[in-house]
Amino acid sequence: MRITCPICGERDIREFTYQGAAVALDRPDPEAGDEAWDHYVHLRENPAGRTRDLWYHSGGCSAWVVVTRDTVTHEVFDTELAEEAKA
Amino acid sequence: MAELKAKTPYETVTGGASGPERMEVTPFVAVEVDPGALTSLAPYKGQAKALSTALEAAHGMGLPKPNRMTGKQSAQALWFGRDMALLIGPAPDASLAAHAAVTDQSDAWSVVELSGPGVDEVLARLVPVDLRGHVFKRGHTARTLVGHMSASVTRTGADSFRIMVFRSMVKTLFRELHHAMIGVSARREAAGAG
Ligand SMILES: [Zn+2]
Repeated sequence: MRITCPICGERDIREFTYQGAAVALDRPDPEAGDEAWDHYVHLRENPAGRTRDLWYHSGGCSAWVVVTRDTVTHEVFDTELAEEAKA
Repeated sequence: MAELKAKTPYETVTGGASGPERMEVTPFVAVEVDPGALTSLAPYKGQAKALSTALEAAHGMGLPKPNRMTGKQSAQALWFGRDMALLIGPAPDASLAAHAAVTDQSDAWSVVELSGPGVDEVLARLVPVDLRGHVFKRGHTARTLVGHMSASVTRTGADSFRIMVFRSMVKTLFRELHHAMIGVSARREAAGAG
């Protein structure tokens, strides 16, 4: 798998560290209630198909990158800087 | 007063005291170099342009774009990661501190010059980036890996690269380079003999 870092360009996967689903971009309101927070902290989807997650370009420029990809085909649809990404 | 003698990263890591490390595997040479002062420049939010102007006024070159190096032999600015440049050579001018976090990195990195005809074949064994001359030209740089080490790799000429790793990793760097150098060298000899 190759990931296009928005800063460095297309790079081999070994330069990246996987963090997990990009839920951190969609933090609930502090008063959102137990259920919303339980979901945010503990529950993750495990899709066969399209997913959106956070990767750290640890062996490169040190940017956090949001990667939209397919877990079945390993196709990468889109990458963007986490700083600029919308939930 | 105690007499202090500057040692290169390789000397301190290996406990030796024989000067800069130099390793030759015909036709390749890897040699430790003293680049002068190394200073990271991390512009404050929205200050990249002002920093570039100040850098140009003080040291003669603007901030490099990602994957590029600017400047001359005596003073260079190397792109060094996200929102980060490394000033190589001179001590940083005081004016830079108004626009960026300015941090001395001189003792944090070891700097090795690798050269020889077709030397990109050596690095192709260690670095997961296409470094061939028609893609990765003089003045191009990459933050990437050398083996498992985080590194900065810059093309300095048709057959030469500058490789930087954390200073504690310099012995491993030379070992990795040696392994790749003898591999490529042996292959060429075999091809020549065959
Ligand atoms: Zn990157």
